[in-house]
Amino acid sequence: MKSLAELAAIRDKMKDKVVLREGSGEIRVVVGMATCGIAAGARPVLNAFVEGVSNAGLAEKVTVSQTGCIGVCQYEPVVEIFEADKEKVTYIKMTAEKAAEVIEKHLKGGKVIQEYTISNAIS
Amino acid sequence: MKELSLNILDISMNSVKAGAENILIKLVETADTLTLTIKDDGCGMSEDTVKNVMNPFYTTRTTRKVGLGVPLLKLAAEQTGGGITISSVSEKDNPDEHGTTVTAEFFKNHLDFTPLGDIVSTVTTLIQGSPDREWRFEHILDGGSVELDTKELREILGDVPLDNYEVIKWIEGYLREGYESVNNV
Repeated sequence: MKSLAELAAIRDKMKDKVVLREGSGEIRVVVGMATCGIAAGARPVLNAFVEGVSNAGLAEKVTVSQTGCIGVCQYEPVVEIFEADKEKVTYIKMTAEKAAEVIEKHLKGGKVIQEYTISNAIS
Repeated sequence: MKELSLNILDISMNSVKAGAENILIKLVETADTLTLTIKDDGCGMSEDTVKNVMNPFYTTRTTRKVGLGVPLLKLAAEQTGGGITISSVSEKDNPDEHGTTVTAEFFKNHLDFTPLGDIVSTVTTLIQGSPDREWRFEHILDGGSVELDTKELREILGDVPLDNYEVIKWIEGYLREGYESVNNV
């Protein structure tokens, strides 16, 4: 059974890390979580990013957050990636599988997957 | 929505947007009913707004002109023979005690009952997205109950935020184990 003692152990482990985390968030992954996004399947996409970023060891560099309606409901689930000095990348019709690919190729490898972006859909 | 837990996720986001500090999500199940209550201490709504939120063409958002959250929950409840009620006190009318309570009743044995689905994932998603609020989750079932209160977790965690990945994983595991032990009764 998960115990509160385990939670205390997590706290003790994190004590030293909290300081390191400051100044992090070079890359921001933002998942649209309004009615449109949720209905289209944004919840598993968000969870895939939260889990995948941590498992890939990118937690120091990448923050995953939620936002409301981005305004392109027909393309939900939508994920935006913001990086300093770079143009925003908007991925559309995301799935947990595509999220894993984005983590590997884009967040880790630095290469945008054009095929999944909104500019690919409208051009 | 394919799962009621997705409606719950969606409606709870309204509480976050209303600036609530405390949000309660409560599920009570009997053999044939499921009652959902989402209660917050956010800014609340005026009487007129409460009437309007049932209307799909009402929204406070400016990016598009339809707000489907409440109408979708209403539909999900009504198609089982149940319904929803919303009561709200706006901050303007009562600066000391304000907030909104959404209650929905579902008849589980109706053909058109939407299954609850992955409620654990909804709770972890809400906490991950808004770790600065206090979340209380209660699910009362025949065999027992599953409960979580972020206030209690915060007392142990101190400065470690609730959206820390290991904390989120702990919450997920805690809730899943809670359901397992209820189901094994």
